[in-house]
Amino acid sequence: MTKTGLWAVCLAAAPFAAEAQTEISWWHAMTGANAEVVDKIASDFNASQSDYVITPVFKGTYPEALNAGIAAFRAGQAPDILQVFDVGTGVMMGAQGAIKPVAELLTENGATFDKSQYLPGIVAYYSNPAGEMLSFPYNSSSPILYYNKDIFQKAGLDVDNPPKTWDEVWAAARQIKSSGAATCGYTSTWLTWIHTENFAAWNDTPWGTNENGLSGIPELKIDSDIYVRHFQALADLAKEGVFVYGGRTSEAKQNFTSGECGILTESSGGLGDIVKAGINYGIGQLPYDAGADGAPQNTIPGGASLWVMGGKSDETYRGVAAFFTYLSQTDVQQYLHEQSGYLPVTMAAYEASKASGFYEANPAREVPITQMMGKAPTENSKGVRAPNLPQIRDILNEEFETMLAGEQDAATALKAAVERGNAAIREAAGG
Amino acid sequence: MRRTVFPHKLLPWLLLAPQLAITLVFFYWPAAQAFRQSVMKEDPFGLSSAFVGLANFRKVLSDPNYLNAVQVTAVFSLLVAVSALGIALFLAVKAETIIRGKGFYRTLLIWPYAVAPAVAGMLWLFMFNPSFGTLAWPLRQLGIDWNPLLQGGDAMALVVAAATWKQISYNVLFFIAGLQAIPRSLLEASAIDGASRRHAFWTIVFPLLAPTTFFLLVVNTVYALFDTFGIIHAVTGGGPGKSTETLVYKVYNDGFVNLIMGDSAAQSVILMVIVIALTAFQFRFIERRVHYA
Repeated sequence: MTKTGLWAVCLAAAPFAAEAQTEISWWHAMTGANAEVVDKIASDFNASQSDYVITPVFKGTYPEALNAGIAAFRAGQAPDILQVFDVGTGVMMGAQGAIKPVAELLTENGATFDKSQYLPGIVAYYSNPAGEMLSFPYNSSSPILYYNKDIFQKAGLDVDNPPKTWDEVWAAARQIKSSGAATCGYTSTWLTWIHTENFAAWNDTPWGTNENGLSGIPELKIDSDIYVRHFQALADLAKEGVFVYGGRTSEAKQNFTSGECGILTESSGGLGDIVKAGINYGIGQLPYDAGADGAPQNTIPGGASLWVMGGKSDETYRGVAAFFTYLSQTDVQQYLHEQSGYLPVTMAAYEASKASGFYEANPAREVPITQMMGKAPTENSKGVRAPNLPQIRDILNEEFETMLAGEQDAATALKAAVERGNAAIREAAGG
Repeated sequence: MRRTVFPHKLLPWLLLAPQLAITLVFFYWPAAQAFRQSVMKEDPFGLSSAFVGLANFRKVLSDPNYLNAVQVTAVFSLLVAVSALGIALFLAVKAETIIRGKGFYRTLLIWPYAVAPAVAGMLWLFMFNPSFGTLAWPLRQLGIDWNPLLQGGDAMALVVAAATWKQISYNVLFFIAGLQAIPRSLLEASAIDGASRRHAFWTIVFPLLAPTTFFLLVVNTVYALFDTFGIIHAVTGGGPGKSTETLVYKVYNDGFVNLIMGDSAAQSVILMVIVIALTAFQFRFIERRVHYA
């Protein structure tokens, strides 16, 4: 073939090739085993059809990925799909025009979207007040209780019955410490997520006004008596050395896996590391406050969801819709759930895991699901939302740390947290 | 001094171009952006923005948390600068008196400088984390209630130690150079006059090292103010409470975690003014007295 002929072919083929496969970028924050799941799902999707190519790109931790997405949007270079963690949900929802609601995307592209097929707690969390699902839930988790069976045995506690209420947890923790079975009775990761946000939902008590911020800008309510009692108990345990503080995120998991602490409350997504540590562990429901009416209610999801960025071509949106449809398939969801420890998003996948005998072999894996699905959510338990939840969590953590160090009591800490938090929310909402 | 005259008009500019381009792109442009953002109020996505004049500056300067960060920064910088200079001077003097294996000791002393700040932070964290730290355990056995996760003082001690350790090498390098520049004859003369080693150090060596010490003081202060972000980020994240939140860390936290761009930009501009003032101070009073060998 002559040189000119070759050029002609290239020129003719180039636009054709570009049309044949639309590239879709997916920025995520998954590491380790969960990153492998992302890559596997993407490559399986790419192999399943020839119109679209999903390219997953790792963008650092959750906050880093969110920031990268925001910076890229400002520069006009936003990815097509962005994974945003639960606390970033409010930030994304406030950015109308920057995002494309998932429900709208799916219906526009001929994919049927039936809300009833998805786990209700999760759909509610990622929907706007009108009930429209804005992002696609990818990895959801729920806080549960882990306990060290060897330590329980040494302390003379019932190995088969983990504590169910917080009072039982405090008592068991004190017994662990006083019997010398371990140096620390109880520890917890994510104090804000577990002890305020999920505490509110699980005990059916408000975290903030306006359905915890789901139907409008919230005003924090976490200085009511039930919280003061709860946090004062934690502060007292910290003073006695029964409760050990690990850090603001999931650091406390190490205090449990090292055998230092007998009881831990942590995300169900943390199971992998606890299994790997090889300790003799058991799992229980997240404890509730025995004094709260209607407790236990239901827990709210943590984890992350996939947001579709606005202003992309129709072709790209068709591809994203195809990918989400693929992702909703029962076998894909079942794989995601069983591999990563995150919750399945569809009812069908949950049923399939059940039918396959997965929960009989791994009973603990069903706890986070039953917790979330046990009851229809109330206005206190659909979730929590604020335009600046990451900042609110920081403020709360700062006050909790000062409280646990013994420099202020629970009532003072919570009052300060509410005042500072509300000021920050007003500021963010006004901007 | 002899003036060098280039016959070519364009060539000097051409040779300067890469450096100028880098300065423009990586300094002037972001600085201009910071100035612009510091007078705007914007949502994280930049979908809506409004000019607010100096409101961001007023807000930042009246924020008690900002004043707290100023205080934290002052304490932190002072502790880091003083301990990094003191320990480095001691080590440099001792290393100079060694006869055999001088090079070996010097290499070891300079080594930590090659460690990235975040890595240095992780190293110290692994040693002193209350739950899994290799050195935290013996501290507890000694009855010391060591808990940098909750005790602000412990956390400050930890970041100061990590930041100091990292900076000592740099200081040692300059002190050794400074010590070698001191004329032997002066020390020999003092020895003949019967001065003790200690006396000779404080009356001869230390004053002659003054230019080096002043120079290092400025460099160390700038380092403590701006280059320790990685260490603080890795070790404490500004906590517990706000006890290790320095000015630079607050810029990051407000801008990139809390997504309040206007406040963060206003703080950056304030920091920029501080650096310019420090640099001017250094050029005006110190640069003239330092003698580079």
